[in-house]
Amino acid sequence: MVELSHDSRPIIGRDRPLGAAFVALAVASIALMVADHRYGHLEQVRSALSAVAYPLQRAVDFPFRVWNRLTSSFADRSRLRAENLELTARLRLANLQLQRFAALEDENRRLRDMRENSAGIAERVLVGSILNVELDPFRHRVLVDKGSADGVFKGQTVLDADGIFGQVSQVHARSAEVILISDAEHAIPVQSNRSGLRTIAVGTGDPDLLSLPFVTVESDLKTGDLLITTGIGGVFPRGYPVAEVTRVERDPAATFAVVDARPTAHLDRDREVLLVWFETPQADTPAEGAASAAPPVAGETE
Amino acid sequence: MRSSDLSRRLLYWFTVALGLVLAIVPLPDWIAPLRPDVALLAVIYWILTSPRTAGLGYAWLAGLFLDVLRGMTLGQHALGFVLVAFLAHRLQLRMRMFPILHQAGTVMGLLAIYHFVIFWTDGLTGHGYTGADRWLPVLSGGLLWPLIVAAGDTLARRNR
Repeated sequence: MVELSHDSRPIIGRDRPLGAAFVALAVASIALMVADHRYGHLEQVRSALSAVAYPLQRAVDFPFRVWNRLTSSFADRSRLRAENLELTARLRLANLQLQRFAALEDENRRLRDMRENSAGIAERVLVGSILNVELDPFRHRVLVDKGSADGVFKGQTVLDADGIFGQVSQVHARSAEVILISDAEHAIPVQSNRSGLRTIAVGTGDPDLLSLPFVTVESDLKTGDLLITTGIGGVFPRGYPVAEVTRVERDPAATFAVVDARPTAHLDRDREVLLVWFETPQADTPAEGAASAAPPVAGETE
Repeated sequence: MRSSDLSRRLLYWFTVALGLVLAIVPLPDWIAPLRPDVALLAVIYWILTSPRTAGLGYAWLAGLFLDVLRGMTLGQHALGFVLVAFLAHRLQLRMRMFPILHQAGTVMGLLAIYHFVIFWTDGLTGHGYTGADRWLPVLSGGLLWPLIVAAGDTLARRNR
């Protein structure tokens, strides 16, 4: 039985009006939702509020971090040795490949320079670690421990070791929210590495599944094709792996084929991700771009 | 009287903060869909025991803070919390007299309304998830209610 304290509602007589307060607060909530979702006016408010929330999120994350630290520091010797050997072997292999890539990158850069376009080369990388904090269970978002203080910006590409992880959707002072490519709200322009076919990969809400809804029945796409970013849209740089096609179903009567793909990044297992800054396309000609963009703007204002 | 009032307020906010922590702490996959809304249950409990101290503004702020913590559209949980708080205020005198099972059933009704508000506003803002497991917290919250009452009574008695 719920215990009653002395300040209960009076049984007889009138109390403070409840309805008015309810209506006022309900209207306030709806106004907040509209301002936040429809107009995006509340970036400042949200980032101020998240300064309050961040310590709590950090506090939730802390025991998990300590546990990870403890378990890794008590790892036994033989396991560490085995791990070390494996890593050395992998590093050797990676170095071998890198030698080849260094030459290729040089060549690529020369070719791009000829075309006056050097987009898509990573300039600076920052490792962000994912906080052990559960955001909305029905959306694929994570919180990383780097924010605007580290130069993180909205729309920034986030990678893991094996491919595109997602993009930054909200930046706070010391943390940032990342939307994963598997979020049902997320779509990413991709291209088949084999055939060059361009399409869009849409998240499904399942971390192991992307869907390609706009592939026509007769288009050239096979199971096993690697999908890479196209660079179209200006958010993701060109040429990074996104997913591998796992299923192509063609019904001759339909316009579009049913195509599924599995992200190459380990969306549900990563603890650390890479926040990447890319060389801005045509770094030395922004003035030109601004000049070409200026006339229509001026025309609009007049 | 004043100091006990203040300590009571602190206690109310402390329990809500605990509930908010439980709302974002990662749980094992098998139990995560059952995650109960402890913050909301705490709000309901305090409204039933002392509706003057735990008013609508208290519930609203708790909901708003949950929005911020989860990075959702601001106002979503706030609206759900304030609606549930309003109903709990209206039903307060009656709900207190209910036997515990009856009370748990009523709380499940309130939780269902809350989750419907979240579901609805989720749909309006463009990310409706329609799986049946989004309603599981209603069940777990109802099952948890007797425990909340027991814990709350202990806390309230010690704090008196």
